[in-house]
Amino acid sequence: MIKDLIIGLCLVLGSVFGFLAALGIVRLPDFYSRMQASTKAQTLALILVMFGLMLHFERLDVTTRSLVVLFFVFFTAPIGAHMIGRAAYLLRTPLWEGTVQDDLEGKYDYERRTLAGFAPPEEESDPPQS
Amino acid sequence: MSDVLRLCVGLAMTFFLGGMLLTLIRLFRGPSVPDRVVALDLCSALTVGFIATYCVYTGKSVFLDNAVVLALISFLGTVAFARYLERRT
Repeated sequence: MIKDLIIGLCLVLGSVFGFLAALGIVRLPDFYSRMQASTKAQTLALILVMFGLMLHFERLDVTTRSLVVLFFVFFTAPIGAHMIGRAAYLLRTPLWEGTVQDDLEGKYDYERRTLAGFAPPEEESDPPQS
Repeated sequence: MSDVLRLCVGLAMTFFLGGMLLTLIRLFRGPSVPDRVVALDLCSALTVGFIATYCVYTGKSVFLDNAVVLALISFLGTVAFARYLERRT
């Protein structure tokens, strides 16, 4: 009974976090805040739901697979958010008009897609034919 | 399955489905392409959670394999879109 209560609490809390992530993605004003809301809340939602799943089955194979899902989410959600955020900044996605400070303003070299002042390695000239 | 757990599973499924509908709104309305990509990513994450809840509902753990695969595929999709958007400029 207590176990069912804990499982149910984990599932409901996790789904509420997932719902809040979706709400944030609809309601927040610009792309960057939307991305932040979605990434963090989605990780927390999956942690809670997978924890409830582990408690419900209490079997080694289910626990392992839940941990694999959590491992993927933990490592891939920040990487994906970083890549899509960088691509959005390079596409000059507009910031919210209430933004106070943009630390990256003027520091990006849009042509070379690097930070200005960071010298990429010289392009190798054609290797000698021999 | 006890009544408490049944109620909680029903609530969790409702919240996940409502969240998916909200992400679909952003997917159709999103002013820029990265918005749509993030909405798609969140939608697949919510689907993973829904599959986990469905495992609890049916008591069968085979559906969890789908969740593992979906978690991988959604990451690959996000990375592919990000690379494509970045190279296009």
